[in-house]
Amino acid sequence: MQIEIIISGFGGQGALFAGQILAYAAMDSGRHVTWIPSYGPEMRGGTAHCTVVIADDEIGSPLVRYPAAVIAMNQPSLDKYEPLVASGGVLVVNASLTTRRPERSDLRRVAIPANAVAEELGNVRLANIVLTGALLAATGALPVEAVEQALAAHLPERHRHLLGANSQALRRGAALAAAVTA
Amino acid sequence: MAKKLLKGNEAIAEAAVRAGLQAYFGYPITPQTELLEYLARRMPDLQRTFLQAESEVAAINMVYGAACTGQRVMTSSSSPGISLMMEGLSYIAGSEVPCVLVDVMRGGPGLGNIAPAQGDYHQIVKGGGHGDFRMIVLAPATVQEAVDLTGLAFDLADKYLMVSVVLLDGSLGQMMEPAELPPLRDPARPEPEWALTGARGRAKRVVTSIHLVPEDEEVFNQKLQAKYAAIKAAEVRYHEYQTDDADLIVVGFGTAGRVAQTAVKQARALGLKVGLHRPLTLFPFPEQRLADLAQRARAFLVVEMNAGQMVEDVRLAVNGRAPVKFYGRMGGVVPLPDEVLEQIKQLAETVGHTPHHSPVSCLPLDGAIA
Repeated sequence: MQIEIIISGFGGQGALFAGQILAYAAMDSGRHVTWIPSYGPEMRGGTAHCTVVIADDEIGSPLVRYPAAVIAMNQPSLDKYEPLVASGGVLVVNASLTTRRPERSDLRRVAIPANAVAEELGNVRLANIVLTGALLAATGALPVEAVEQALAAHLPERHRHLLGANSQALRRGAALAAAVTA
Repeated sequence: MAKKLLKGNEAIAEAAVRAGLQAYFGYPITPQTELLEYLARRMPDLQRTFLQAESEVAAINMVYGAACTGQRVMTSSSSPGISLMMEGLSYIAGSEVPCVLVDVMRGGPGLGNIAPAQGDYHQIVKGGGHGDFRMIVLAPATVQEAVDLTGLAFDLADKYLMVSVVLLDGSLGQMMEPAELPPLRDPARPEPEWALTGARGRAKRVVTSIHLVPEDEEVFNQKLQAKYAAIKAAEVRYHEYQTDDADLIVVGFGTAGRVAQTAVKQARALGLKVGLHRPLTLFPFPEQRLADLAQRARAFLVVEMNAGQMVEDVRLAVNGRAPVKFYGRMGGVVPLPDEVLEQIKQLAETVGHTPHHSPVSCLPLDGAIA
């Protein structure tokens, strides 16, 4: 089993961090994993994405053209990646920052107002974790508990007070994905 | 020891520390900077030397001086910075002192860009510096290989008294992947008999790359060539995937080889008999292994992130026994598996109906040209 995930958004939205948390969770679950960021002369507000490959066997390419799953955290990401998701794959969209619904009918489409949900939870910066929870529920890539444990094990000391909020955000995202199909 | 999720650049830095790195000299450049940044924190904690030089030219000459003392020393840079170091590398080769160089390649030529590329193959493997010298060149494709080959680079540099290069592209430098680090080695080592450590109480020693009498310089060159021949005989390393029954062999190093492995796997699923050969050592190059593969293979496909550099060495090794096709992306563009799969399919189509071996390839390989 192998799944390729691209997480894309504005710089500062936490796309790279969300991918790293998946990578830690995959490693701690004994899976093979690669995490590769877009990098360049970029700044806050520019675009940022990462590719995470999780597999049971040795991983060849850490990059793919047609990922099995995408989290599009904003409108440019939706426009860029909707055409590229592999047929039958998963497209998770941040409805708070997109002006249209995903169109492809051959995908499992999950649109969640992640910014609004994160604000309800008390911190808009949890939007990336809400979307990650939705991705986990829609793909089954990893159990939500594995990601919770990875957060507990690898979150830097200065952010540990946010562990509870992160868990809530993950579970809220997963619950919404289970209920919502765009 | 448990695996850690490590970024390529930082994994190389920590692997160097654990291999006994005593002194690092460097200058920041993307996409290599995390390596230097990591050592800026780590080396002082261990009471070892970290020095950010004023330029790459200064850094490589500091490496040269420190290497003369018999300590384990290293520098790292990315393509344009490596170009600046070429004079120093030739001097180090001509002086027969050991050091490790890490080149995290980016798009070029010129200032180019900071995206991943493999355009430094000629510069590193063939020697961009002047004179008849070689450097050992190790080409990791995974973070674990980056760790393992960094340790090996120090051991080979010491064993053969020469520059060992870890050659990777920017994407591997930036990538995170689980890897296991080796234990921290005690950096204390017996002083080599050639090391310049102060001559008080003993006969003086000389480390130099000057041999003004041509006959003397020729004798020195013969010694270098004998050393390089010994390395070719003993130090070839490569990784293969599904080559046992392969009609088509895909060859690529580093990230290009890794991307190609996914395409080979997909081609196998389509029933094509394809295998991957991924050199881990670019000098010494696995030429005998490729010649052996050419006895069976109908065709080769070389994939690189450049305009076609290693393909020349593959063609020399295959020596006309089979067609060698090239597919490359340049300027910082990484080929994706679907592109390589398309190339494999086209090649399979082209050679599918030709006889298995051309007459020349029926010659016995060993001894035929003796």
